[in-house]
Amino acid sequence: MPTVAPLDLEGHVVAVHFLGDTPFFATAAGEIRRLDGGEKVTEAHNGLLTCIKDPFSASLLTGGEDGRVMRIAADGSTTQIADAPRKWINVVAGGPQGAVAYAHGKSSVVVLADGTVKEFAEERTVEALAFAPKGLRIAAARYNGVSLHWVNTQLPAADLDWKGAHTGVTFSPDGRFLVTTMQENALHGWKLDGKAGEARHMRMTGYPAKVKSYSWSPKGKWLATSGAPAAIVWPFSAKDGPMGKAPLELGTRANILATCVAFHPVEEVLAIGFIDGMILGVRVGDGKEALLRRPGKGAITSMSWSGNGKLVAFGSEAGDCGVIDISA
Amino acid sequence: MADTAPHKPIPVTVLTGYLGAGKTTLLNRILSESHGKKYAVIVNEFGEIGIDNDLIVESDEEIYEMNNGCVCCTVRGDLIRVVEGLMRRPGRFDGIIVETTGLADPVPVAQTFFMDDDVRSKTELDAVVALVDAKHLPLRLKDSREAEDQIAFADVVVVNKTDLVTPEELATIEEIVRAINPTARIYKTTRSGVDLARVLDQGAFNLERALENDPHFLEHGHEDHVCGPDCDHHHHDHDHHDHDHHHHDHDHHHDHGHDHHHHAAPSAIHDVTVKSISLRGGEMNPDRFFPWIQKVTQTDGPNILRLKGIIAFKGDEERYVVQGVHMIIEGDHQRPWKDGEKRESRLVFIGRDLDREKIEKSFLACQADQT
Repeated sequence: MPTVAPLDLEGHVVAVHFLGDTPFFATAAGEIRRLDGGEKVTEAHNGLLTCIKDPFSASLLTGGEDGRVMRIAADGSTTQIADAPRKWINVVAGGPQGAVAYAHGKSSVVVLADGTVKEFAEERTVEALAFAPKGLRIAAARYNGVSLHWVNTQLPAADLDWKGAHTGVTFSPDGRFLVTTMQENALHGWKLDGKAGEARHMRMTGYPAKVKSYSWSPKGKWLATSGAPAAIVWPFSAKDGPMGKAPLELGTRANILATCVAFHPVEEVLAIGFIDGMILGVRVGDGKEALLRRPGKGAITSMSWSGNGKLVAFGSEAGDCGVIDISA
Repeated sequence: MADTAPHKPIPVTVLTGYLGAGKTTLLNRILSESHGKKYAVIVNEFGEIGIDNDLIVESDEEIYEMNNGCVCCTVRGDLIRVVEGLMRRPGRFDGIIVETTGLADPVPVAQTFFMDDDVRSKTELDAVVALVDAKHLPLRLKDSREAEDQIAFADVVVVNKTDLVTPEELATIEEIVRAINPTARIYKTTRSGVDLARVLDQGAFNLERALENDPHFLEHGHEDHVCGPDCDHHHHDHDHHDHDHHHHDHDHHHDHGHDHHHHAAPSAIHDVTVKSISLRGGEMNPDRFFPWIQKVTQTDGPNILRLKGIIAFKGDEERYVVQGVHMIIEGDHQRPWKDGEKRESRLVFIGRDLDREKIEKSFLACQADQT
């Protein structure tokens, strides 16, 4: 039976991540608390808007209402990456070789490890950024599509067009697909390795709410998403991804919206957080469910697995957080 | 799916008006006067507003068309993002004020608060306030459609800088505003000196409050009759007219003869392309009324800026109120009819290219005593 060690924080918790075996909890007010032999605090921002785990290093990247972009190390120390006074920075991304991308207004900015700054003008406001898994390439989601830039070249952006507002963007772990979340209750996908003339678009629709959380399974076979009263899990193992295939629905509950999903780092097991604070663990293979946490005070906003897959940290919009030990 | 947080929605006031109309002055008053409330302000550009402690967010006006094939279903993407961020720390303010640029279309701003589920679950559009520069309004109306849209769409119109015009000019300005928007409340002022209680916390989009605050909804007295854009036989041809020019459009005045001629009508009124259609009828048959209003908003939605109404249904002891923006329409029971209150239905459309005759005829056909 899983045990839950609760951690009550003040206000909305934006993100929860593990660095090694230490869970980090980032609040909207701007504090980052970590449970590292006791509760420790880093004052990162005056108002924190986003906090992601850098997929290429053992650190966190944050953006705030104070216009700053910060890197937070495992010991809680901070390094300022950029400072854009009076801008709200709600989009950051981590890339290879220490690169960090952030956006404000119609600009995507990449800061390289040596401090070199590359700025890319977009036609519309940048809603989200992601680095490709290989090569120094970023994708900027915007109204009517995604712009792909090779960071170290002056080549014009490759545009992936699809009508509507794209609010989130992610590459599949193998880099073969690019998927966006949209203002409409839908995902859109592009097959990046298709031959000329081949159908490249993937429409993934039918959600009752906006998709705000997504997670790739360890080998990229599945893409789990929130936005329905179940986790909607799309199959990506075939050559054409989920085209012509129905998604799995895992952890279905009557009228209770799934707000957050997070795949186990090794197994095809998905943690699903709901709007009432409940968390389920579900095995993709047979749909078997385990209750990881009973409903709490607010919607689950973020979840993260420890590297060894034994702990799940979670945060909510009401501040009732915790760490679930599933090995107990 | 219910939001688990039982917070009271945060009221949002939208401030529109041309550059120089006095928005910044009004904003500074809202931020500095002691009314016991704190506001978060969303502006397009940091101007000379506020002090360091204020919560002011800069945001690019970013209009998103919804991917549903409806050209009038637009929202402001930047507002969705900023409001989401603000609402994660709601304890910091009691209300949100959105200042738009002079040329902004107020409709996507308002629709954001109806069409985006996240924004809608946490906030409530309180009122759209338009500031008008008394001196320059006629010129603005000549060279832009936005100035007219801002007035047509407003719940409150503040006619500012009245000290720069003569009483006659001011009377004309008021007539123009009334011609564009017969339902807005109008205040005349200098240096944006309007009582803030007339601007903030209006509940203009709240079905419970909207028409309660205005007991004389569509009952304007004879004296504030304003000649509509189609009144003058001699005025210039508007290309959108598809009806007989000799048919008068005295919308909000059914008890009013059509025999007058405003030859001295202000020339600026000729630049007005928005008109309103005010309808008055008896008790309605809901089985006819609802399909009718659905159809009207579906077919004429792109041309309807605002609609508001109080509907009496036969056999229903409560007043039913409706309001709409383009194709979005909301309605609900508001309160029981009072003793002695005349049970009649009143409805006003503000928009362009609306076929008054057709709309009125089909509206009256929804009455319960029609066979």
